[in-house]
Amino acid sequence: MTVATARPATATTQPKVAIRGFGMTFATPDKQVEVLRGIDLDVAPGELVCVLGPSGCGKTTLLNVIAGFLAPSEGTVRIDGEPVAGPDPRRIFVFQERGVFPWLTVEGNIGFGLWRLSETERRARVAHYVRLVGLEGFERAYPQELSGGMKQRVEVARALAVDPDVLYLDEPFGALDSITRLQMRGELLRIQERERKTVLFVTHDIDESVQLADRVVVMSARPAQVRKIVEIDIPHPRDLSSRRYIELRDGIFAEIGLAHRV
Amino acid sequence: MTGVALFVAAWAAAVQLSGTRLVPGPLAVVRALGELLSHGLLLRYLVASLFRVTWGFLLAAVVAIPAGIALGLSRRGEAALNPLMQVLRPISPLAWIPLAILWFGVGDRAAIWLIFIASFFSLLVTVIRAVHDVDPVHRNAALNFGLDRRRLLRDVVLPAILPQLVIGLRLTLGVAWLVVVAAEMIAVNSGVGFLIIDARNAGNRYDLVVAGMVMIGAVGLLLDTLVRRLERLPSVAWGFSA
Amino acid sequence: MSEPALERLAAATPSGSPRRAIAMARPLSPAARLLLPLGAVLLALLLWQLAVTLTRTQVFPLPAEVARGFAELQRKGVLWSYAGDSLRRVGLGFGAAALLGIALGVPLGRAARLDRLVNPLIQLLRPISPLAWMPLAVIWFGLSDLAPTFLIFLAAFFPIVVATTSAVRTIPPAFFRAAGNFALPRGALLRRVLLPAILPRVLTGLRVALGIAWMVVVAAEMLGVDSGLGYLILDSRNAGKRYDLVIAGMLMIGAIGLLLDLGMRRLERLPAVRWGFQS
Repeated sequence: MTVATARPATATTQPKVAIRGFGMTFATPDKQVEVLRGIDLDVAPGELVCVLGPSGCGKTTLLNVIAGFLAPSEGTVRIDGEPVAGPDPRRIFVFQERGVFPWLTVEGNIGFGLWRLSETERRARVAHYVRLVGLEGFERAYPQELSGGMKQRVEVARALAVDPDVLYLDEPFGALDSITRLQMRGELLRIQERERKTVLFVTHDIDESVQLADRVVVMSARPAQVRKIVEIDIPHPRDLSSRRYIELRDGIFAEIGLAHRV
Repeated sequence: MTGVALFVAAWAAAVQLSGTRLVPGPLAVVRALGELLSHGLLLRYLVASLFRVTWGFLLAAVVAIPAGIALGLSRRGEAALNPLMQVLRPISPLAWIPLAILWFGVGDRAAIWLIFIASFFSLLVTVIRAVHDVDPVHRNAALNFGLDRRRLLRDVVLPAILPQLVIGLRLTLGVAWLVVVAAEMIAVNSGVGFLIIDARNAGNRYDLVVAGMVMIGAVGLLLDTLVRRLERLPSVAWGFSA
Repeated sequence: MSEPALERLAAATPSGSPRRAIAMARPLSPAARLLLPLGAVLLALLLWQLAVTLTRTQVFPLPAEVARGFAELQRKGVLWSYAGDSLRRVGLGFGAAALLGIALGVPLGRAARLDRLVNPLIQLLRPISPLAWMPLAVIWFGLSDLAPTFLIFLAAFFPIVVATTSAVRTIPPAFFRAAGNFALPRGALLRRVLLPAILPRVLTGLRVALGIAWMVVVAAEMLGVDSGLGYLILDSRNAGKRYDLVIAGMLMIGAIGLLLDLGMRRLERLPAVRWGFQS
């Protein structure tokens, strides 16, 4: 975790992402499944918000709707005041490592969204982001030659290269071992410190959410609703043994109703 | 190669022991191959067969690949055309012979048509399945970056289906080679298939028959090996797990 | 990061250009699933009718004439008996190929050395069209039913061996270790672990081989037998340019081939096998 930073200034008038009364129901051949219900959420510009909940509770669906890959069954999702009409290069979704295109090199992947730029500009940007995520030397490598953590970095670099306003991360470190995960969290915060994007981050890992987020949105089980929004008021770098950290983390444990002893 | 050697030895032994006058031993076959070579027939027949395969196969590829991509991407199109395809596909290309001769007369074009039919369905099915297998994550990522339909096709669908397409091409080439031999036995007057039928009909020259079979096997294997080379290109190799 | 480049990128990505909402893949309605193919078939029949009437061909039949041809074959009792003959040859040849193919494929999959020995031979024999074996088949089996049956056997044998070998080779080693852990004797290992494990892939291989067998039977019947659907097609043309019967025969071949394929696919849904097809 890097140099201490102040929390981003709170939104002036308009939140970056505004969700009102959002609900999602899927129709299967036999029945209707209500996955999400009555979600209200605002995300301020430059904020890093974690959506926390157990697997299968619908948080990925929530993210897919915000990103424009799905249409909501009810309610509205607005970004910069406009309703979301579809996926948009200004708001990039970072899948887990499997979003990386296997037929392109690292360079090819990172430069994927930059086709509107000239050759020289694209190369310069790609080089910049390769350096930013620490993959120098691997520009010509293909994804199958890379580790899971490296592939994840390629995807983050690819997303950042088009300079989006918003980043959506769907359990991006889920496929990595826990040691790499800790490192990647540090990397993400380092990058966020520089780039100051609005970030919506979905995770099932309580510690991850408390380590990363400015605010944690704790979701219930299906049909998923917002149980509680916890504000993490510890400045970065966060001391994982500090009393405040443990307090906040335990609070979330209790909120979810988990046993405190194994 | 020891396996092949053992087989040849067993073959020679079987011919000796059974005292058959018809089935040739390995030596007789080798001599027959030499005979074909010296008369210039070996090359001529091979070229004729390869010519037909190439034409039929390429025509089929040019039609089937775009059609397969279009059908793979369009749920409606596929729902509409699938039953027709499913009924036409199991019809052996050779069952088309009467119609082929009706439309094209006896000769090269009829044979090419038969190879086209066989290759077309084989490739069509492969391409449709490959398009369906494209990971939706990749499609969504591309849309996220603002790619329009044309770029989506060019930069995501085509690269993504390439590995499966190359495998399909290899298998289809194998099918085409099988069909050309069969087609030549029934519908044409030259080529390696014709050689086999003719050698038997014109004088029970079973040594030539088996020589022809050996040629067919060897060339078929060669074609297959050549296409396997393609599978090592980086834009294709990624599709095969290490 | 150069400022002009950043600006250019920001300008190039037009704000306020929301893409068309991606309607998430709503599956086609049952009505559409019925009407679309129906429409396509009707359209095909219409085009066929038009092509024949417009080109004023004397020989190529109209759809209605083909239908009448079907009825004629039915009346003469030929349709079903020929189909039965073809199916019988397929049944025998394919059955033999399945038994021997699996029997060979299992040891080939288990013993790498054996595979290295035998594989080149298989690779050499495989590209030889089954029909090219016809003269030899006639020597060995005469002009009886067995010659085409042998060709079908050859056609189905190689794909089945290859599918079985590859299925055996990809059995997770963990299965064998577990079996050893439970001290399973050899016979039980084969019966309770190996065969169930390879069943899905072998079944797929069998389905493909059956399709090939069905194609070959038609061709084989053209070469010197006097019954069967392949023979029907060739004979209808040779004996009187009855292209209506030719097409009727072709459609029959197509329909039976489709039914065989569907039947095999049904098998793939049995619980003992289904697990192998789920991601």
